[in-house]
Amino acid sequence: MVWCIGSLEQQGEAFVQQPVLSDAAPIQVEQHEGVCVIRATGAWTIDTSATVAQVLNRLSPAADQTVQIDLDGLSALDTTGAWLLYRLKRDLRYAGFSVSFVNVRESYGALIEAVAQHDAPCPISPPAEHSLICQIEDLGRGTVRAFQSLMDLVGYTGLVVAAFARVIANPRRMRWASLVHHLEHVGLKAMPIVGLMSLLIGVVIAQQGEFQLRRFGGEYFVVDLLGISILREIGILLTAIMVAGRSGSAFTAQIGTMMLNEEVDAIRTLGIDPVETLVLPRVLALIIMLPALTFYSDIVALLGGGLFAWLSLDISPGAFIRRLNDAITLDTFLVGMYKAPFFAAVIAIAGCFEGMRVRGGAESVGEHTTRSVVESIFLVIVLDAMFAVFFSTIGM
Amino acid sequence: MATDDMEHVIRVRGLKTAFGRHVVHDGLDLDVRKGEILGVVGGSGSGKSVLLRTIIGLNRPVAGEIEVLGQNIGKLEESEFRTLATRWGVLFQFGALFSSLTVAQNVQVPIREHLKLPQTLMDEIASYKISMVGLPPEAGAKFPAELSGGMRKRAGLARALALDPEILFLDEPTSGLDPIGAAAFDRLIRQLRDALGLTVFLVTHDLDTLNAVCDRIAVLAEKHVIVVGTMEDMLQQEHPWVRDYFHGPRARAARASVEQGR
Ligand SMILES: Nc1ncnc2c1ncn2[C@@H]1O[C@H](COP(=O)(O)OP(=O)(O)OP(=O)(O)O)[C@@H](O)[C@H]1O
Ligand SMILES: [Mg+2]
Repeated sequence: MVWCIGSLEQQGEAFVQQPVLSDAAPIQVEQHEGVCVIRATGAWTIDTSATVAQVLNRLSPAADQTVQIDLDGLSALDTTGAWLLYRLKRDLRYAGFSVSFVNVRESYGALIEAVAQHDAPCPISPPAEHSLICQIEDLGRGTVRAFQSLMDLVGYTGLVVAAFARVIANPRRMRWASLVHHLEHVGLKAMPIVGLMSLLIGVVIAQQGEFQLRRFGGEYFVVDLLGISILREIGILLTAIMVAGRSGSAFTAQIGTMMLNEEVDAIRTLGIDPVETLVLPRVLALIIMLPALTFYSDIVALLGGGLFAWLSLDISPGAFIRRLNDAITLDTFLVGMYKAPFFAAVIAIAGCFEGMRVRGGAESVGEHTTRSVVESIFLVIVLDAMFAVFFSTIGM
Repeated sequence: MATDDMEHVIRVRGLKTAFGRHVVHDGLDLDVRKGEILGVVGGSGSGKSVLLRTIIGLNRPVAGEIEVLGQNIGKLEESEFRTLATRWGVLFQFGALFSSLTVAQNVQVPIREHLKLPQTLMDEIASYKISMVGLPPEAGAKFPAELSGGMRKRAGLARALALDPEILFLDEPTSGLDPIGAAAFDRLIRQLRDALGLTVFLVTHDLDTLNAVCDRIAVLAEKHVIVVGTMEDMLQQEHPWVRDYFHGPRARAARASVEQGR
């Protein structure tokens, strides 16, 4: 008794005495005096390899002997089958057997030979780090990197300003075609969605405001609420957030993809400044268009609120406008508008900056696009808070 | 070997493809015989890659019939097509590796998708495939972005070979490889063909590859296949483009080196 099949092993001698498997099995084992013959039968291909590997795993040698692997019954062989045969022979060798293939067809032999030359285990994935220490280390690294990237963003803003100064000094360097293209994409094409959103927000504010103010009998103040909140904060903030999600992310994806295609490197090697060609037109386009979109958003939101007031509160358009005129001053409107170019610069610069940091592959484009949106919305809100303090200090 | 009743694994008849109003192929016929290595040559932009993509069903032709392994590509159900697609492997012109996976994981993707194999066996398969295409073992755990252009190509071939396909479509496999690597690649393709009975559809500009591995050559010009034949046939051709291609200085040098080798 030399061969036994692992799963049968526990069932006692009787089974082990007949190591021949069923006909469908990919191997059959036979005993001839002093020689053990393993017959490989049927198709040994990648499709059958799961079964073959399973059967081979259960094969466990028990004593020193000569082993012959007979390939006469093979009906098909591919590299996976050849690999399994080679592995069988190799493992038996290691276990101290004298092993040989017999009845090998020439093409099969060549295939096994070809596979045998490539027995070089390779790592499948980079070593994983899971320990607690590693996670703490990651946290530390992440924090440092976050600060680093904030500093880099500040540095990058400097680069953009410097490029802007160069272009002012020499306006012929401005990429007008590119600027116009981006003006259209970030401005004109954003109008439907910004308009729809503003209209709805106007209606919602009027409706909610009226509901609350009615309890104090002051539903007329809805107009004040609409005018002040929309012009000072909501118009600009909503538009900025929409633009960050729409255009900031697009900037990152566009520039990121160009990074991957080595287009940005090509621009550099041609002696052209990528900040001037890629970043500046985008930043300027947004600086021009965000105030315009904000103005548009203000108007449409007031329109929405006014419409609601007219239809549901019976405040006629004439009364609405008179009331609005009393409630707000030019400053109310300007406070919102002053913020727009700053927000625009933050969104565009963060978008382009993250785009330029794309490395590697598609994954990185996604990661940096997410970051650019999160970063720009966060910065917009931080800036907004600072503006609020500033404007109240100077009494606007 | 009979020529008439030879089994054809790929049959293209009257193929017409176009992008908008730009017609790439018109009335293109092509047969690929079982077990042969067919080299497809043609100028840049003559539509070699588009032909390859059309045969494997990535481009819808405007007109014409395409049969692969006896099945009409245009008339297959989604699931039939997927099964058929496991019987060929494709190496795209630019590698097209999945950037979020390591090389070894890339090789395992088709296996994982279509079969249920034990992880150890899959790792072993990935290992020998990676070694087979001439990559060092360390490459297995690397991401595509960390590889050179030539290495990416090899990794792409390893993935194309993952399921031990019957047909191998290769789009310029040796461009971007060093000459030694390219020669090894040529040998590898022949070896795989001899051992596995693979049929290879090989788009190439590499005259050494054409000389060394291709059984027949198809020339793509003027929107269709103008000639198909062996290297000897090509040398007899009178068509000006074919003459320039196979009698140019580079062609002579490549031929001389092959003859010296013999
Ligand atoms: N997605 C597409 N949209 C429009 N036109 C395309 C598209 N893909 C290819 N073409 C056009 O089809 C023609 C053939 O392109 P193809 O990529 O097949 O060339 P090729 O023969 O492979 O060239 P090369 O040797 O440079 O790889 C070209 O004129 C190309 O402009
Ligand atoms: Mg091509």
